[in-house]
Amino acid sequence: MSPDIIEVKYALDTFYFLITGAFVMWMAAGFAMLEAGLVRAKNTTEILTKNVALFAIACTMYLLMGYTIMYGGSAGGILPDAWFGNGIANATAEEVLASNGDIYYSGASDFFFQVVFVATAMSIVSGAVAERMKLWAFLVFAVVMTGFIYPMQGMWKWGGGFLDAAGFQDFAGSGVVHLCGATAALAGVLLLGPRKGKYTADGRINAIPGSNMPLAALGMFILWMGWFGFNGGSELKVSDIGEANAVADVFVNTNAAACGGLIAALIVAHLVFGKADLTMAVNGALAGLVAITAEPLNWGGIGATIIGAVGGVLVVFAVIGMDKLKIDDPVGAISVHGVVGIWGLLAVCFSGNEDVTLVGQLTGVGVIFVWVFVTSLIAWAIIKAAMGIRVGEQEEYEGVDMSECGIEAYPEFTGSAK
Amino acid sequence: MKMITAVVKPFKLDDVREALAAIGVQGVTVTEVKGFGRQKGHTELYRGAEYVVDFLPKVKLELALADDMVDGAIEAITSAAQTGKIGDGKIFISDLQDVIRIRTGETGAEAV
Repeated sequence: MSPDIIEVKYALDTFYFLITGAFVMWMAAGFAMLEAGLVRAKNTTEILTKNVALFAIACTMYLLMGYTIMYGGSAGGILPDAWFGNGIANATAEEVLASNGDIYYSGASDFFFQVVFVATAMSIVSGAVAERMKLWAFLVFAVVMTGFIYPMQGMWKWGGGFLDAAGFQDFAGSGVVHLCGATAALAGVLLLGPRKGKYTADGRINAIPGSNMPLAALGMFILWMGWFGFNGGSELKVSDIGEANAVADVFVNTNAAACGGLIAALIVAHLVFGKADLTMAVNGALAGLVAITAEPLNWGGIGATIIGAVGGVLVVFAVIGMDKLKIDDPVGAISVHGVVGIWGLLAVCFSGNEDVTLVGQLTGVGVIFVWVFVTSLIAWAIIKAAMGIRVGEQEEYEGVDMSECGIEAYPEFTGSAK
Repeated sequence: MKMITAVVKPFKLDDVREALAAIGVQGVTVTEVKGFGRQKGHTELYRGAEYVVDFLPKVKLELALADDMVDGAIEAITSAAQTGKIGDGKIFISDLQDVIRIRTGETGAEAV
């Protein structure tokens, strides 16, 4: 290739990486709105505080150590070669030209694209533990999760570790990001317990309706848009005809899966509950997106719709099942990202991806789940012993907005004298 | 003079107001209220779990009327607010001792 072509391709692929990374960054807004919509008004400021703070913590921890653990190399495939340092390095122009196109994007753009993924994984946790977890306990866990737990299993797959060697296929992170976040959330919820009043002593399950459906719907659409960066950017390259076609396929399949998930969840919810539950439709779209994330390339549109639709059906029954098990998850994060994340990983087997094996996929699911569950449980337990993870009964009744933040989200609704 | 207090379904409020205006009622006070009667509350589902709506929204109208207007007003409210389904509401009638128009100081039937 001529030097001019190499330079243009390098610039284009770097630009593509950065823009899709910015899309994924915007998913933080989607999670914040979704969770603000599905909690009660008295807990809105606090869940927003968790969402904005976890994003900043995730990016900082990933800069300090996470990126180095995950992409700094691993001689044995299990432990990283280095633990600390940011590892960001751009190649020089001479090196890029000498590589004849093998180095095709900026090292810093790779860091940027990866750092927003770890924030996504952490965002999944906040919704599941909403309305009763202490703010600072949650943020301490965010440090451990984004600096250590997530990067380790990320290295095992995307950093060239032993899961990658075992043939585990996870294109954009149904396992590495979504199952990881959901598993950490599950460990937290098990130690935290359900919200007061959710399950009664005589076995009834009470609904605790969310406060703001417009925000929940907006959050879904923001996540949906961000997902084009999440999956589309994970193709890593756009600057030749084959890659450009692949990126377009990924966009089409990602969108189709979300649509399939939404339609399926809306219909199933109507059949099971008798009415069209918007929150289930929202969960269905997100389930479709999670399901397609492990393999957004090798489907011809319709196939992606079906994979997403199965995710949408699964999520409705998973939400019902979690309640039966008394696992209280106000936003359905464990169902959407965990249950459907596993489905997405197994569905790769039907995709025509020639490298996939069922054993490889089950190995990935098992390793990620066990690693994240055990380490998260230990981390949550230490935090619980050291500072407590749950607010007091009175604080929970009055709302964590006042007890943790001192600010009401909707003061005009709550009868303050003015 | 009588005080008429009517509790009706909120979506019937406009019909009731028009029916009362048609027979020459001069004023109505309207309040949004919640309560239960024989209709009781009902349950709704949110993400597959039930929650109970114990008190249903209604509209309460209060009218102060001269005695000769009372039967017409009852007829107007009843016909305008009736759907035939449970929860149509009730009309309560009580004696009204006195009425005072604040602007002029008029009292009794003249102030109604």
